[in-house]
Amino acid sequence: MGIFSKIKGAFKKEDKSVLTYEKGLSKTRKGFVDKLANLSKEYSEINDNYFEELEELLINADIGVSTVMDFMDKLQLRVTKENITDPAMLTEIIVDELFIIYVNDQILTNKINYNKDGVTVILFVGVNGVGKTTTIAKLASKFKEEGKKVLLVAADTFRAGAVEQLDAWSKKIGCKLVSDTNTSDPASVVYKGLTKALEDKFDVVLIDTAGRLQNKVNLMKELEKINNVAQKIIPGSPHETFLVVDATTGQNGISQAKAFKEITNLSGIILTKLDGTAKGGIVLAIKQEVDVPVRYIGLGEKQEDLQVFDIEKYIYGLFKDMM
Amino acid sequence: MFESLTEKIENAVSKIRGYGVITEENISGALRQVRLALLEADVNYKVVKEFTNNVKQKALGEEVKKSLKPADVFLKILKDELLNLLGNDKAELNLSGNPSIIMLIGLQGSGKTTTVGKLGNLLRKKNGKNPLFIAADVYRPAAIEQLKTIGKQLNIKVYEQGQSDAVSIVENGIKYAKENNHDLVLIDTAGRLHVDNELMQELKNIKEKVNPGEIILVIDAMIGQDAINVINGFNDALPLTGTILTKMDGDTKGGVALSAKHLTGVPIKFIGVSEKLDGLDYFNPQRMVSRILGNGDIMSIIEKAESVIDEKEAMSVAKKIQAGKMDLEDFLAQLKQIKKLGPLENLLKLLPGARKMGLNNISIDPKQFSKLEAIISSMTKKERKNPDIIKASRKQRIATGSGSSVQDVNKLLNQFEQMQKMMKMMKNGNLKLPF
Repeated sequence: MGIFSKIKGAFKKEDKSVLTYEKGLSKTRKGFVDKLANLSKEYSEINDNYFEELEELLINADIGVSTVMDFMDKLQLRVTKENITDPAMLTEIIVDELFIIYVNDQILTNKINYNKDGVTVILFVGVNGVGKTTTIAKLASKFKEEGKKVLLVAADTFRAGAVEQLDAWSKKIGCKLVSDTNTSDPASVVYKGLTKALEDKFDVVLIDTAGRLQNKVNLMKELEKINNVAQKIIPGSPHETFLVVDATTGQNGISQAKAFKEITNLSGIILTKLDGTAKGGIVLAIKQEVDVPVRYIGLGEKQEDLQVFDIEKYIYGLFKDMM
Repeated sequence: MFESLTEKIENAVSKIRGYGVITEENISGALRQVRLALLEADVNYKVVKEFTNNVKQKALGEEVKKSLKPADVFLKILKDELLNLLGNDKAELNLSGNPSIIMLIGLQGSGKTTTVGKLGNLLRKKNGKNPLFIAADVYRPAAIEQLKTIGKQLNIKVYEQGQSDAVSIVENGIKYAKENNHDLVLIDTAGRLHVDNELMQELKNIKEKVNPGEIILVIDAMIGQDAINVINGFNDALPLTGTILTKMDGDTKGGVALSAKHLTGVPIKFIGVSEKLDGLDYFNPQRMVSRILGNGDIMSIIEKAESVIDEKEAMSVAKKIQAGKMDLEDFLAQLKQIKKLGPLENLLKLLPGARKMGLNNISIDPKQFSKLEAIISSMTKKERKNPDIIKASRKQRIATGSGSSVQDVNKLLNQFEQMQKMMKMMKNGNLKLPF
C-alpha cells in the first residue's frame, strides 16, 4: 500500500488540526493540485511533454531545482521499470516519492528538546522580515497555555521598533520580557536575559534576534557570539535553534539554511505565511540538501495557526482534492 | 547578488567559445545551463521557457552563422534578451501633485517601513523634497514606533493617530501635509496577503480617497515562484505604478527582477541594497544586465562616490598628494570619506571582473577602519602633522588612548610611511604603476 493511501486512511476522522491545515493551505493547494489533476486528465499517456509539465509544476511550487531534477530522474526510471503508462497512477507515485525525499528513512520527531535540568533556551534566527517576532509570540502563548513560565529576550537591538514589538506581545500574552535599550550588543541582552531566567527559575526562554542576511559576515559573527554567551551561562543551550523561513522564499532558502546551520546548531525550520498562495516547497529541498526538518508551520495570524509540522498532513493538505 | 547566475552564464558561453559554428546540437548544452541557472535564480518558469526559446531561435539565425565569433554573438543575444525582460528604460517616478503622494504596499515583512524611510531620505536629497511619513500600519504591534524611530533618525516628520482607522489616518495626514508645507507624502501601510479581501479593500478605500500618484509594491528579492501571484494579486486590486525590490544585498539571485516587468508590465523603480537608510538605488535595467553578465557596473560606483564625497575636501587632499605633503590629518579625513561610501564589499562587487578576481566574496570588517580612526584620533595635532616625532613613549600613550596595541600603532605608521614614499615617487614622476 502506498503512502498516499495510508495518509488518506489516516485522516478520515475529523481532526481539528487537520482542518486548520486544510483551511490554511487551501489557497496554496488551489493551483498546485488543480494543475496536477489537470495534468493527469490532459494526458492519456505518459510522454516527454507530460514530464516537462510536471517538472514545471514542481518548480513552480519552489521545490529546489536540483531536488526537482533528481526527482524527475527517479520518477522516469520508475515509470520505465514498472512499465507505468497511466498518468492517474503516476499521481500516487509522485506523492509517494515526495514523501520519501522528505523523510529519507529518518525518524523525525517534532517534540521540543526540553532541558531536564532547568531552563530551556530557544533561539530564533533568520533573514529580515520572515516573521521571527510574531512566531515567538505565538509559541510563547502556546508554552504559557501548557503552564510553563515563559521569558522573552529582545535581542534584536538593530531594527527600529523591534523591542517595542516584542514588548507589546509580552504584555498581550502576559509573560516577562528582558530588554536593554541602552546597548546595541545583542549578546549582552542575552546575558542579562539568561541570568534572570536562572535566578527567577523560568521554564522556557525565547530569544528574538535581529533579521540578518546570511552573507553578512559580521552579522553572522554576532550570532556566534550570542551562542557562546548562551553556552557559558546555561551549558548545553540553546536547546533549540529555529530558522524562521517565509513560505514565499525561493531557492535562496537553501542558502539560508546552509549559512545559518554553519554558525548555529540549527535544529529546525519554522515555515511562516503559508496561508497565502506560496507553497513553501523549498523546505523539501532544505531537508534533502541541508538536512534540517520543518518543526512548525504558520497558517495564519492567530496563535492557534502555528501548527506542529507534520509531513503527512502537509502533503495531505496539498493533495486533498485529488483523493 | 547575481554572482552565481553570472558564473553559470559565463560557463555556458565559454562552452560555445570552442565552436566555430553554432548548431542546434552544440548550443543545447549551453541553453540547458542557462535554463537551470535562471530557474535557480527564481526567474518565473514561464519566462525561462520563453527566454531560452528566443535565445535559441536567434542563435540559430542567419547572422550568427555568418559571424566569426559565435560566442560573442551568443553573449550579445543573451544581453539583448535580458534587456527585453528587464525593460529598456529607467522608470521615472511620478512626483506630480502638491503634495505628491506615494503609497507603499506589500506582503508582511517585505520591508515597507524601512523603504519608506529610505525613499523619503533619497527624494529629500535628490529632489529637494520636504517629506512627511504617514503611519497607516495599524495592525502590526509597534509598526508605528518603528516608523517614528526611522523618522527621528532622518529628522523627517511622522504623522500618526495610533491604531485607529487607516483610511482616516491617511486623509488627515494629507491635510496635515498641506497645512505644513510638506510637498511629498509617503504612506506606510500594513503588510497583507493579496488574498485577504478585507485588507485589500482597505487599500482600495485609501486609493479612492487620496488618489496617490504612485502605488508601489515592495517585494522581497528572495521571493520564489509565488512572485507572479503576489504581483498580479495586488495589481488586480489596485493598479500598481511600480515595484521596489528589497534585500538585494543578500546572496539571492533576485530572479524576480527578470520576470516582474515582463509578466505584469509593472516596472521596477528602486532596489534596496543595504540595511542603512541610504541603501536605496534607482533601478537601472542596463546596469543590471551588465551585472548579470559580469561586465561590472562602474557607473554605480561613480554615482555613489559623487553623492557622498565632499568635493572641496577631496580636491585639497588631491593637491597635497600631488605635492607629496599629505599628513595623517588628511589620511583621517580620507578614512571618514570612505566610510561614508557604505560597506566596501558592495562597491568591490560592482567592479568589472570582480568575480574573477575573487572580490565578490570579500568581507571587510568595518571595525578595521574604526580602529585606524581611533589610533589617529588619539594623536596630538602635532603628531599627525609630523609622524616622525612619534617614538616609544608616544606610541604607548596613543595605543592606550585608542584601546589598541603598540604593534597596531606601528603597523599604521609603517603603512603611512609607505604611502608617503609612493607619493614622493609620484611627485618626482618615478612611479611606475604596476599595471
